[in-house]
Amino acid sequence: MKFGVIVFPGSNCDRDISTVTQGILNAPTRMVWHQETDISDLDVVVIPGGFSYGDYLRCGAIAQFSPVMNSIIEHAKQGKYVLGICNGFQVLTEVGLLPGALIRNRGLHFICDRATIKVERNDLIWTKNYQAQQVITLPIAHGEGCYYADEDTLKAIEDGDRVLFRYSSSSGEINSDNNPNGSINNIAGIVNQKGNVLGLMPHPERAADGNIGGTDGLAMFQGLLTALTTA
Amino acid sequence: MSEIGSTPFSAEEIAAEGIKPEEYQEIVNRLGRHPNKAELGMFGVMWSEHCCYKNSRPLLSQFPTTGDRVLVGPGENAGVVDLGNGLRLAFKIESHNHPSAVEPFQGAATGVGGILRDIFTMGARPIAILNSLRFGNLEDARTRRIFQGVVEGISHYGNCIGVPTVGGEIYFDRAYTGNPLVNAMALGLMETDEIVKSGASGIGNPVLYVGSTTGRDGMGGASFASSELTDNSMDDRPAVQVGDPFLEKSLVEACLEAFKTGAVIAAQDMGAAGLTCSTSEMADKGGVGIELDLDKIPAREAGMTPYEYLLSESQERMLFVADKGREQELIDIFHRWGLHAVVAGSVIEEPVVRILFEGNIAAEVTATALADDTPIYKRELLKEPPAYAKEAAKWTPDSLPGCDYQGIDVKGTYKTWKEILLQLLDTPTIASKKWVYSQYDHQVQNNTILLPGGADAAVIRVRPIDAKPEDCNTGVAATTDCNPRYVYLDPYEGAKAAVAEAARNLSCVGAEPIAVTDNLNFGSPEKPVGYWQLANACLGVADGCREMSTPVTGGNVSLYNETVDSQGNPQPIYPTPVIGMVGLVPDISKICGQSWTKEGDVIYLLGNAIATLGASEYLAAIHDTVAGKPPQVDFELEKSVQAVCRHGIREGWIKSAHDLAEGGLSVALAESCIGNNLGATVNIPVADSQRLDELLFGEVAGQIVVSVSTEMVDTWEAYLESNLNNSWLKIGTVDKSQSELNILTNDNLSLINVKIEELVTTWSQAIETRLIL
Repeated sequence: MKFGVIVFPGSNCDRDISTVTQGILNAPTRMVWHQETDISDLDVVVIPGGFSYGDYLRCGAIAQFSPVMNSIIEHAKQGKYVLGICNGFQVLTEVGLLPGALIRNRGLHFICDRATIKVERNDLIWTKNYQAQQVITLPIAHGEGCYYADEDTLKAIEDGDRVLFRYSSSSGEINSDNNPNGSINNIAGIVNQKGNVLGLMPHPERAADGNIGGTDGLAMFQGLLTALTTA
Repeated sequence: MSEIGSTPFSAEEIAAEGIKPEEYQEIVNRLGRHPNKAELGMFGVMWSEHCCYKNSRPLLSQFPTTGDRVLVGPGENAGVVDLGNGLRLAFKIESHNHPSAVEPFQGAATGVGGILRDIFTMGARPIAILNSLRFGNLEDARTRRIFQGVVEGISHYGNCIGVPTVGGEIYFDRAYTGNPLVNAMALGLMETDEIVKSGASGIGNPVLYVGSTTGRDGMGGASFASSELTDNSMDDRPAVQVGDPFLEKSLVEACLEAFKTGAVIAAQDMGAAGLTCSTSEMADKGGVGIELDLDKIPAREAGMTPYEYLLSESQERMLFVADKGREQELIDIFHRWGLHAVVAGSVIEEPVVRILFEGNIAAEVTATALADDTPIYKRELLKEPPAYAKEAAKWTPDSLPGCDYQGIDVKGTYKTWKEILLQLLDTPTIASKKWVYSQYDHQVQNNTILLPGGADAAVIRVRPIDAKPEDCNTGVAATTDCNPRYVYLDPYEGAKAAVAEAARNLSCVGAEPIAVTDNLNFGSPEKPVGYWQLANACLGVADGCREMSTPVTGGNVSLYNETVDSQGNPQPIYPTPVIGMVGLVPDISKICGQSWTKEGDVIYLLGNAIATLGASEYLAAIHDTVAGKPPQVDFELEKSVQAVCRHGIREGWIKSAHDLAEGGLSVALAESCIGNNLGATVNIPVADSQRLDELLFGEVAGQIVVSVSTEMVDTWEAYLESNLNNSWLKIGTVDKSQSELNILTNDNLSLINVKIEELVTTWSQAIETRLIL
């Protein structure tokens, strides 16, 4: 079982991921330079947060042309796991592995805060260590985190139960007051049809170490690790 | 003039470079000839206050700069202190005031970029940013534009580069209306075995230019930063640089990788005065010369003249001296990160900066003449305080209306103490800064222990880049402080108070204060009052730092912070010597925030100094009066109160600690309630004839409000008895969630009774409501 963390110029949460996977969970983790093409040794590819290529043009728009990207698409096609966090989620929508787009926050400002998020289902590898409908608290930090999709796409996502995380109140209500960035249907994270590609705006890797705040994000990495090492 | 012949420049051309007529003569003396245009420009920027400290150098020399932990003191790109266990911390503060006044977004963004370069040039990875900001009143539309632009600029640069912005301070006052202050402080953890210095060495070694391209942006920024702002300053917008944090993020990684090869002999970032400053300082510090060929420099645009190359302040550029023969190794690293890297010159024996352009010598100046043998002005110090200070010192509380247990008459309207407390919490200087810090990524790097807004200082875990969290217990605390009204009314006492407050804020989170970086923001030193403020404040900083055993390891001087209006009237800012201080947290599990944590905990007031209304926020905000003597620091009391607080936190007795600052005891108590929505009931003894507003809102140095678990009370009080004599009081208890803050006299007469909800609403909405005018 091995994690790989993609490093684009401008990635800045790459080491935060490896701090959790390797530093806390002792799982083998390899940093993958964006020009590499052989990632066949990896089980889970993580596209970290940050500002790949300075967010030039559009967040994630240039990263899709990186040499490593074709290998990631291939990796996903094989049913292996791809996790995109924050800028990584933006990259996944740009490259077409996930539908929709992430646009400027409703309030037009960058937001760094802690958000309460409802886990919609726990029958996927990403959330098997959570309860369904459990409300967790995860840090958010983004300027373009407002999820948008056209009507048909949104219907397909909702009908396929592909929303894994939604911004909610601490008691689980989904409403506008508890939607930090204006995301449609309060969407914070979605999966592809097969469920092996997840993109989310909140940062689970920032909530995995009791010394620096909450630990609600650790279960995601633990879940992956257990599932893939025992499989 | 002299036998050298008449000057090739008009008086206007010389003045346009920021050079005074007598300085021009000095240049001619040093060169033995007249300078050419490029050389004149080089002298203009290098002899600016920003680069050579010609007005402040004699005053800075009195700062204590050595100590057990100091590894690198003033003179390098940043100071470095030893945190123990092989951990070394680089830190520094720098201003970007003038650029932020005319172009807030880029001015603030490049201020952050500049200070980060100072850090990683030393071989340290940046781990935190703090900002000390001053603006006019938010009721003013232009101030709102500047304020929002500055916050956005800091957010843009810091977030993108991936360094958490974890703390700082913001004041709003009319004094900063046209001339905001933007001081950025950065901390970095050394990653290289050797600290990378800036002195060039090794004759024949190649000089590498790395990073971004050179363009015409930021021309003459250092000179621009060293003169007053006028109505015409907007025309100087080209003097403001444009930053690219993405490029700098790549530059951080590439530089640290390059330093680790051991092939870099010396490094200097290009900030103020770009190529001119980096070549002359590297040459001067190494006692050698540098020859640089401008034709090799990657240019952003065609047709640039030597003058433009030399004075460009394009961002994200560095100059290296490399080990001869290993330059390609370094160039490859930079190319891998998509950055420019070229050999642009070499180290030469003759101690000059020689600039080549199109095959000819475009400029040749002795390095020391630019970087070391620069003008120094020792000015006459006023024998006694200027009229404004004398007049203000005469103020006494007797000029205020009398007050009773309920409140006081304010300009003809009776106001209750509760109303006054709420009004103070609604003052943007005191109110929540969440609107600001929620735009800063304060958690990236996974080391932020205390989030902004929750404690008197920021605390970061010190973790080498690939170290496991479980192996890292050391933390560093950091703060920036200066109450400029205190300094305005009494520069010496005010500056001492700034040092004491910075140390106190660190002690309130449990950190041991260790060292200082200072940012001196003042008006023109050429005016007697301006120089009096500067000289006395420097003395205060020096004495304060000596008392607190916190040596100064470097900093920045920003003078000429004045706006000249259309009528030609200069308006100087309040003298603002910002103290950036770092402290050591030996065990990150033994720290605390400023908010009560549990119902039933017992509240104590440490320190028994007498609070004063002089220079207070209460006097300014409620009675519209800026007068009186600011609180004086009693360093003996200050040191023992801080030591007791730190000890109590490390023993786990103290659950929250918050010092008394603007707004005095009432505001401190309210703020401790707000964080976790917990109420409190507090009884305070009233001395005979003591004014109640002095008791409630008077300001003081050396006092801290702490809360202690009930089961620890006996141990704690025994400790207080033996370590703080009678300088402490048990004043109350923490009440339940969503209740009230009750402040009563010892005879149980109610002074303030207010719902926590009301405190929170007022305090948290103050800034945002002013922005939606």
